[in-house]
Amino acid sequence: MTTILTPTEEFNVTTMRHGLWMKAADAERVTGWTLKPEGMCRDELCVPLPLAAVSGSEVDVAAFWHKLGGPAIASRARDVWALGAPPDERNAALKDLEAPDFTLPDIDGVPRTLSQLRGKKVFMATWASW
Amino acid sequence: MPVWQHLYEELKDKGFMVVAVAEESRGADHARPWIEQAKSSYWQLIDVEHRLSDLYNLVNVPQAIWIDETGKIVRPPETAGSTDHFRRMDLKTRTMTPEDQEARRAARQAYLDAVRAWVTTGKYALNEGEVRERLPEVTPEIAEARARFRLGVWLRLHGNTVEGDRQMDEASALHPESWSMWRQAADLDEVGKASGPGFWQRVQALGEKPYYPPPKL
Repeated sequence: MTTILTPTEEFNVTTMRHGLWMKAADAERVTGWTLKPEGMCRDELCVPLPLAAVSGSEVDVAAFWHKLGGPAIASRARDVWALGAPPDERNAALKDLEAPDFTLPDIDGVPRTLSQLRGKKVFMATWASW
Repeated sequence: MPVWQHLYEELKDKGFMVVAVAEESRGADHARPWIEQAKSSYWQLIDVEHRLSDLYNLVNVPQAIWIDETGKIVRPPETAGSTDHFRRMDLKTRTMTPEDQEARRAARQAYLDAVRAWVTTGKYALNEGEVRERLPEVTPEIAEARARFRLGVWLRLHGNTVEGDRQMDEASALHPESWSMWRQAADLDEVGKASGPGFWQRVQALGEKPYYPPPKL
């Protein structure tokens, strides 16, 4: 079993071979992209995959992620991977100026979502104990 | 945080909300004493993985983003009231000169007054072009640093300290401008280390560069 960390979630997936090969259904669960003959697709957009990154119904998610421009970092034992957001995606989201939405727990563990505050002016600030 | 509570109390009936996000990989219990002391009634969120820093390309605390009623960013990430006067303090007595204390207080007041003016009159909201121009760019190095930081925090929380530290070191090397990554890693190593001798060496190495770039109000 391999643990995969995306910017907001954590998945446990059965992987095969070297790298980050998995069933297309698992790849979809982790990345939100669907394997089709054209490549990996989301909504109207398809990203062609290198031939070496697909085999039958299995796909090398690390190779796909690199194609998207995002970092795919493995632990030394290759049992934990972090898939980081592609920089183009982050920059486009910020330049769009719509505040990127997120959900985080409050101090009592209640999940709070930024977009629940529509209709108010929001002063959002970071701090830390350190 | 007590000042943010005052601001919130004063302006909450004018459609205003404060969201404080603790970048705190040790988790909620580590932030709790400060939160209880502040007696805050706005949102106090706990961000173990520094998700907000990833989404908004942040590098330090405190940094603030202003968001209008429609959910649009009207001021990009910028220093939220802190100043560099601490760099000149006497490290033995941990005190600043009266002049520096006064200058620091005035800068913080000017920033809070700007928030107040924004809520009541709309002043200090930047236009779209100005916000875009001031947004810091997410580079491939920063994106990789975020992924390594995420992996490092996870590994540490799952008992793999050595490799967790290594990933966080690499994250800091890839994104040296991020004080949050470096200081969080130091704090995970040992509480207090984030403001220890290693921190002061890094601050000194900044030379003329600011630790807290002043907001261009």
